[in-house]
Amino acid sequence: MKRIIFLIYICLFTFNWGKAWSLIEVDITRGNLNPLPLAVSPLSVDQNSKEKFKDLLKLEDIGAEISKVVENNLRQSGLFNPLDPKAFLQKPDIAHVKPRFEDWALIKAQALITGEVKIVDEKLRVEFRLWDVLAGKEIMALAFTTVSENWRRVGHIITDKVYQRLTGEKGYFDTRIIYVAEEGLKTSRIKKLAIMDQDGFNTKYLTLGNELVLTPRFNPTNQMVTYLSYFKNLPRVYLLDIETGIQEVVGDFPGMTFAPRFSPDGKKIIMSFAKDGNSDIYTMDLESREVEKITNHPSIDTSPSYSPDGKYICFNSDRSGYQQIYVMRSDGSKVKRISFGNGLYGTPVWSPRGDLIAFTKLHKGKFYIGVMRTDGTGERLLTENYYQEAPSWSPNGRVLIFYRETKSDSAGKGFSAKLWSIDLTGYNERMVKTETDASDPSWSSLLTD
Amino acid sequence: MSLNKIFRNTLLVFFASILLSACAVKTTGKMQGDVYTGKDTVEYLASGVPDRVFFATNETVLTTASRETLRKQASWLRKNSKINVVLEGHADERGTREYNLALGERRANAAKDYLMTYGISGNRISVISYGKERPVDSGSNPLAWSKNRRSVTVKAN
Repeated sequence: MKRIIFLIYICLFTFNWGKAWSLIEVDITRGNLNPLPLAVSPLSVDQNSKEKFKDLLKLEDIGAEISKVVENNLRQSGLFNPLDPKAFLQKPDIAHVKPRFEDWALIKAQALITGEVKIVDEKLRVEFRLWDVLAGKEIMALAFTTVSENWRRVGHIITDKVYQRLTGEKGYFDTRIIYVAEEGLKTSRIKKLAIMDQDGFNTKYLTLGNELVLTPRFNPTNQMVTYLSYFKNLPRVYLLDIETGIQEVVGDFPGMTFAPRFSPDGKKIIMSFAKDGNSDIYTMDLESREVEKITNHPSIDTSPSYSPDGKYICFNSDRSGYQQIYVMRSDGSKVKRISFGNGLYGTPVWSPRGDLIAFTKLHKGKFYIGVMRTDGTGERLLTENYYQEAPSWSPNGRVLIFYRETKSDSAGKGFSAKLWSIDLTGYNERMVKTETDASDPSWSSLLTD
Repeated sequence: MSLNKIFRNTLLVFFASILLSACAVKTTGKMQGDVYTGKDTVEYLASGVPDRVFFATNETVLTTASRETLRKQASWLRKNSKINVVLEGHADERGTREYNLALGERRANAAKDYLMTYGISGNRISVISYGKERPVDSGSNPLAWSKNRRSVTVKAN
């Protein structure tokens, strides 16, 4: 496994060798072998604005707080190594206007982020700049205004812009994660829908825990969510508008509907419907309410996920006798099995970039999160554990978030469920902090483009 | 190929039984293959009428013992024609959540079909799957998992 990753790294590395490494550039495919050292100078704030933000947000120094958000994001990405602000020689306000590049080079920073926060008509105005320290020049400057409660999002947006400028790919920081918050005994677990910023802040609970809820998934085009609820002990797929809190059951099925996901255009829900011991895949158009049966097979067909162009669907079926991954056209034709390795395969999810399918694999009592190409070739296992499943892609297709459970003794002690993330490279595996135990994560699209 | 497979399966069962007999010393429950045959978690709908049947890993086939239990349930249901039941299908924790929901539904329906062949009207039986969400035994070991792979018949009224 490690060797495969290593080989891939070598290939990419040599392939890139011919390219001129003019300005700073971060190769996203290399993982965290050599994170880029950079300095995030605290954003400067004038005294008047500082006092006002202190009243409004109860924050001592809004500039430093926003910088911390950026710094934390960059560190978590595994691609950057933000340097300790204690080592910074230049004051934030002066650095933002005219950095003394020798000072920043001295502490080995290759890039520098500076900025300024002001209050303008009760709103937060931020201006930031990204500097190439070695070349001694500004490579990006942006300004934007928002309501002051959104100050953390400002940090995320800055990170997205910096990430995009330095890696050449869109970021994933101004995003949210919806998941299932878990509490209580394993035998009578209480589960609630919860949502938080990608970095674990601003957690909100969307249901009270009166009924079992599972597998929430974001609409890729807006802030709608689809999930499974056992409301009135009838397991059905629901639709929830996060902004208004309005929920509705999806379709009028005479049995359990489950495993919902949105189509890439956000206009359909694809899900399983179980009847008389057989689960098949259906879609429902959210506008016309038209229901269409996509698979028709006496085996279990579940966990459907569309390709980003909407032309194909990958899904999980045991029609071969065991759980395997299949791909078909979105009308249900041309079904083809793509997983042929040893073990069982489940929870296929199509990458937003279109080229890969992430999955859970069970082999010899261990669970793996892996990826394969959409024709089933090039299988790569990223992480092995006692129990883990349900990967969800970051909107740029570079990171997977999933959940992991630990073993418990016969009294149920030792059990935990936590969210974890890992880069597509197989590096940078991290636990994602949540207030409670957590499972079934789903990553939103970028909130601002 | 298939001979090879049979041989491998036999070996597997052989090793499994060695393992299980080792477990049996420590626990009060029992398993045959990996199907639970003990009574630890079993409740009774009436005297002599067990409420649940157990399944092998990834299987929805009713064992001989399960069919016997369901025949007892069927004759009890025939005698108590006013009672309706819910069959709750469950899976163990060693599977993906969504597949387990489907598996639980299939297990409960296997039990439902059997009750229906013994003359119980489908109108008296409803089915719900909990997948792996409601284990009876919270342990992470083969015996606990065998108790959790089940279909439980519950009075609905």
